[in-house]
Amino acid sequence: MLDVRGLRKVYEGSGRRVEAVRDLTFTVDAGELVCLVGPSGCGKTTLLKCMGGLLAPTGGEVLLEGRRVTGPPPGMAFVFQEYGRSLFPWMRVGENVELPLKQKKLSKARRRELVRDALHSVGLADAVGAYPWQLSGGMQQRVAIARALAYEPRVLLMDEPFAAVDAQTRADLEDLVRRLWRERGITILFVTHDIDEAVYLGERVLVLSASPTVVQEQLKVDLPDARDQLNTRVSARFAELRTHVYEQIQAAKRGGPVTKSEAVPKSDGRPSH
Amino acid sequence: MKGLNTLLGTAGLAAFLALGEAVPRLGLVKEEYFPPTGEIADALATELADSAFWSALGDTLTGWALGLALASCAGIVAGVVISVVPYLREATASTIEFLRPIPSVALIPLAVLLYGTELRSVLLLVVYASFWQVLIQVLYGVQDVDPVADETARSYGLGTWARVRHVLWPTALPYVMTGVRLAAAVALILAITAELVIGAPGLGSRIAVAQTSQAVPEMYALIVVTGLLGLLINVGARTVERRALGWHQSVRGEVAV
Repeated sequence: MLDVRGLRKVYEGSGRRVEAVRDLTFTVDAGELVCLVGPSGCGKTTLLKCMGGLLAPTGGEVLLEGRRVTGPPPGMAFVFQEYGRSLFPWMRVGENVELPLKQKKLSKARRRELVRDALHSVGLADAVGAYPWQLSGGMQQRVAIARALAYEPRVLLMDEPFAAVDAQTRADLEDLVRRLWRERGITILFVTHDIDEAVYLGERVLVLSASPTVVQEQLKVDLPDARDQLNTRVSARFAELRTHVYEQIQAAKRGGPVTKSEAVPKSDGRPSH
Repeated sequence: MKGLNTLLGTAGLAAFLALGEAVPRLGLVKEEYFPPTGEIADALATELADSAFWSALGDTLTGWALGLALASCAGIVAGVVISVVPYLREATASTIEFLRPIPSVALIPLAVLLYGTELRSVLLLVVYASFWQVLIQVLYGVQDVDPVADETARSYGLGTWARVRHVLWPTALPYVMTGVRLAAAVALILAITAELVIGAPGLGSRIAVAQTSQAVPEMYALIVVTGLLGLLINVGARTVERRALGWHQSVRGEVAV
């Protein structure tokens, strides 16, 4: 579905040359929910923007369904961390969700149906006529998610979407993402700096190294498909996985391979790149 | 609180008018040059009954409105084009900085040379003065576009024109409104100035006629009318702004979430 091959991004400007991403290669299969974690400042956002066609990579390529991404592809939707700035304050919630559909030249009836359905899915059917700034932070991010859903993407890229909401709202939103993923069969790539969130949400976790970034490890999350905040997070397997990812990230920060590799319990993850 | 403010405002105005009545009557200033409020009010009433006054008012408002409309459209289009086309902003910045400070009144001889005392003379001055007010605000407004909002629009496949319409324009609108409001005030000043100096028909030339014919109270009455016009224009512009920008932070105030 999504193929990232030898991706490299170097920022050049005002005499400074920053290699944000060195060499990233990984794939995301159709219908998978993959979480990307890495130490802060490791180029996660850069990677996602290259994948979304918002930034041109310096080297390598991103393929979506076999086709090279050169600009924002029609089958892909983006959810940003800064929901307050990503939603347009001059439009009501319904108009915000509808705007991308107008660009797709859908009929008015179809647009209205998609908007209603998407807002209903995120539990905000009543908020159509409100302005985004009249809603709480969590609700605003739900609107942003609804906008992405209504767009009917095959791939959904989420850039630390819950980093700015409180812990309780965050748990609700995580369950929402899991539910929407299972209901709609969208391929989701979810970037986060939160290890627990990555393990709780993902079917697979990709651990990135510190900048200049490479893939440190790929880990299959073999937790049961039905997850809930109470039981999943206290299960022994969850603790093992999160400990493992934590160690990987610590190792990534130090810039070396993980030392306690025997701590990887029966993981059938693909070999790290 | 609001009632108290209105009351204080009315009282202040009444005191000012009473002062205007008392000072000339007491002989503190020459009544010839500073007629008491009552006389000005009488002259104003006479003016209001005169059809020539109304056609002068119409002429002034025509010059003002046409000039403002032309300047606003030109300023908005130029501002958006300069901002959207790469390198154009950098290329035009120095020229704009040079042309902008030229006082519009310095163009009066040119206007007379080109158009005599026609309406077009007034328009030239009005448009030149108000164009920059709008242009500068549009340039600032367009710079204010949030990169996240723009990236969102791009990620959903909005093209250049759709982004101008749905992201850039709403972002710049508060600035545009400010620009047009400032331009409206400047346009009135220039319209009156042009009529006064060039003699194009309107309130300005009527003031000049009143002056040369020693009709001092009438002259004051006309000045009062121009002041009232300015006041109305500002109040009107603010009302439009408030309506159009209900979503904006400056208008919506604090929202309980």
